[in-house]
Amino acid sequence: MSNIQDIVGDLDALTDENADQYLTFIIADEEYAIDILRVQEIKGWDKVTTLPRTPDYLQGVINLRGTIVPIVDLRKRFNMPTIIYGPTTVVIVLRVLGEERDRIMGIIVDGVSDVHNLKHDSIKPAPEMKGSIDSRFVSGLTTINNKMVVVMDIDALLNSEELALEDNVA
Amino acid sequence: MSIDLSQFKQTFIEESDEGLDVLESGLLALDSGTADDEVIHAVFRAAHSIKGGAGTFGLNEIASFTHVMETLLDEMRDGRRAISKEGVNLLLNSVDVLRELMDAARDDVPPEMSRANDVKTQLDSLLANSDETPQDNDPGHESNNRLEQTGLGPESSQPKQSGWLIKFNPHEHMLRTGNDTVRMFKELALLGDLENTADFSQLPDFSHMDPELSYLSWVITLKNNEAQSDIEKSLIEEIFEWVEDDCDLSIEPFVEEGFVEEYSAEVSITDVEVAPASTAAETASPVSENVTPIENTTATKTAPKKKKSSEGGSIRVGTDKVDTLINMVGELVITQSMLSQMGDEFSMDKLEDLREGLAQLERNTRELQESVMRIRMLPISFSFQRFPRLVHDLSQKMDKKIELKMTGEQTELDKTVMEKIGDPLVHLVRNSLDHGIESPQVRLAAGKSEVGTINLNAYHQGGFIIIEIIDDGAGLPKDKLLTKAIEKGLVSPNDNLADEKIYDLIFHPGFSTADQVSDISGRGVGMDVVRKNIKELGGNVDVSTKPGKGTTFTIRLPLTLAILDGQLIRVGTETYIIPLVSIIESLEIKTENINSIAGTNEVYKMRDEYIPLVRLYEVFDVQPETTRLQDCLLVVVEGDGGKAGILVDDLLSQQQVVIKSLETNYRRLQGISGATILGDGTVALILDMSGLLALAKEVEPAQNYANG
Repeated sequence: MSNIQDIVGDLDALTDENADQYLTFIIADEEYAIDILRVQEIKGWDKVTTLPRTPDYLQGVINLRGTIVPIVDLRKRFNMPTIIYGPTTVVIVLRVLGEERDRIMGIIVDGVSDVHNLKHDSIKPAPEMKGSIDSRFVSGLTTINNKMVVVMDIDALLNSEELALEDNVA
Repeated sequence: MSIDLSQFKQTFIEESDEGLDVLESGLLALDSGTADDEVIHAVFRAAHSIKGGAGTFGLNEIASFTHVMETLLDEMRDGRRAISKEGVNLLLNSVDVLRELMDAARDDVPPEMSRANDVKTQLDSLLANSDETPQDNDPGHESNNRLEQTGLGPESSQPKQSGWLIKFNPHEHMLRTGNDTVRMFKELALLGDLENTADFSQLPDFSHMDPELSYLSWVITLKNNEAQSDIEKSLIEEIFEWVEDDCDLSIEPFVEEGFVEEYSAEVSITDVEVAPASTAAETASPVSENVTPIENTTATKTAPKKKKSSEGGSIRVGTDKVDTLINMVGELVITQSMLSQMGDEFSMDKLEDLREGLAQLERNTRELQESVMRIRMLPISFSFQRFPRLVHDLSQKMDKKIELKMTGEQTELDKTVMEKIGDPLVHLVRNSLDHGIESPQVRLAAGKSEVGTINLNAYHQGGFIIIEIIDDGAGLPKDKLLTKAIEKGLVSPNDNLADEKIYDLIFHPGFSTADQVSDISGRGVGMDVVRKNIKELGGNVDVSTKPGKGTTFTIRLPLTLAILDGQLIRVGTETYIIPLVSIIESLEIKTENINSIAGTNEVYKMRDEYIPLVRLYEVFDVQPETTRLQDCLLVVVEGDGGKAGILVDDLLSQQQVVIKSLETNYRRLQGISGATILGDGTVALILDMSGLLALAKEVEPAQNYANG
């Protein structure tokens, strides 16, 4: 597939109101996509302050220009084998929409990949899945360059009960 | 255009709240007989302003209710009616009703009128009971009277407006901007009957004329016609919107009979003191759906652009505080420019100057910080002002004679603290009234003055504000407290408790010594809540008492919730902050003082008491540097559940930390009150002692592997 075609396709999608831009990132060689409008910034991995008595995938909190931002390790969240954070490890800082209020949270991923325009109808519903990635957190599957990409619902993921505002953890 | 008054409504309600406070305090002064003429005038003015404002904002229930109050006040003011206790009490009730109505107006819900109608009926009957000529009692007559006096009665002030007179003088270049006067006139013609007179005087000879310039000006009269009876000014302005910078434009109301007097701009609707204007506006509103020209001309000038009403309330800040702030910023700018100048041509011999400059910068920053904090500070009188009324009402109810004295009302504290301290204060004052001060007979029998005194004092001490509630009543009944405590199983009969410990029992949940539960206090819920609330604010409350002489409650509160003094501690690689107020002392552990209960629960013998040990690394599940007790340091703290010793690896510095909320982006965690950012940019957690100690009880103690 030539680059020109890609670009033309992108341009088509840009002007298409049935398409949105997505940021894709890599975890364990799998590619995931999130709505780019939710991405506030991407920053390198830096030491976090751990919070006691929280789920282990909640890596801790960082200081983002004076705001305390919780950071979630997606590998741990999905029970994938953990790796040592390297130079490509990044934190994607996201705006999470909640029922009561919006929050700023970060996710740790192996690396960011690309920005793609995805037409709404190119995102297919995901089959029911067993295992650690709850199908609630997946808004659909799509194909980019003949590779499957998981489109994630970050609101569902980061508002899940363990991270919810209310203290209902046993 | 009807001017959107809703944007002022919030302001009106805020002002009315202040007005109601004035009314209330004035009435209380009247009641105690200390009032002079000025007080009753002030009370009258406050009522009058509320009435006028309410009318303007279409809050007719409030307006009509206040009107009756005002009538009564007017009679009192003129000396036509004696100021009776009955009247004042009725008026105080009316203030309560008004508050309710005002709350309803704020929430945009229909007001609950039953109580209002009751009180209104009482007011009416009080008015009718006068020995005056009935004419003076007629409220309608009375208000008309005033309107006529000022010459602004509805009839005289409302000339019939039949259209608009527009003077339109385009600048030369207006046509170049692509605007076409013809189109604008066509638009205008749609609004009403258009009469257009062009002024050709500026038109040059044909040979000198530049076809791209505009030389004409127009005088346009736009009259109401059948289809469009009232033309709103905004519609006209809309037509000229695109050219308003390219022309001289005036739009004036046009009155058929040549009524061209300018309405005085001094009659401002923002000034609710000028009641005739608002009253006139009120009466005028049924006449025309639109806003009267008075409002139109003045309000468009003064009204700011409409903005979305902001949630979250506002604070009034004294201009002196803002001025100080500006001065500080000025100094900061000077220091900054001095430093940057130094940086441009720096050499080593200027090192001393640089240090000095940086020190100055630090000072500026600190001062600026303090000044900004001060903006959030309000005098405690905001909290105190409700007490005269409370004391007045309750003392009547209980047939006690009580004098309330307040000092230090100007002592300032943070707005958030103020909001949260209100209820505990009310509770304490009620308690003093109910339990503290005795009835007049008992007082006389005890050789005291018949009138009891409650003192409310506030003052600063260090970084704290101290609030004292002192009564000269009977004092706390020590024996009764003790009996009750034994009955409840809080203490054993053999315990030999110090007096302070006994008095402290009143802060226990479910503890009341009142023989009879009254609706004022004595249900035993309260004092524990009072202490809990105050602790949550990082303060504490103590009681001291002398039998027969009185009781003193002392509340100690931090001035602000935004900054606290903290002790940095280290456990393993983690740094935590313990609020200095919670720390009693820090000490090195002597192993011979450690004892264990049931093998796992460790206690430390400190002087004559045993305090439980909390291994922070266990509670928080972090890797400590050492688990050997003799290598640790012990920080003795006091939380809600008593004292405890916290094991830490090291004590770091003490410093002021800015409190950041974890809840903004996450949620509350037990044992942690917030976070802060240290000098190196990392986040450190601030420990909440009460929560931590409760948490420590839940955590299963691990194997006691390192004892001794």
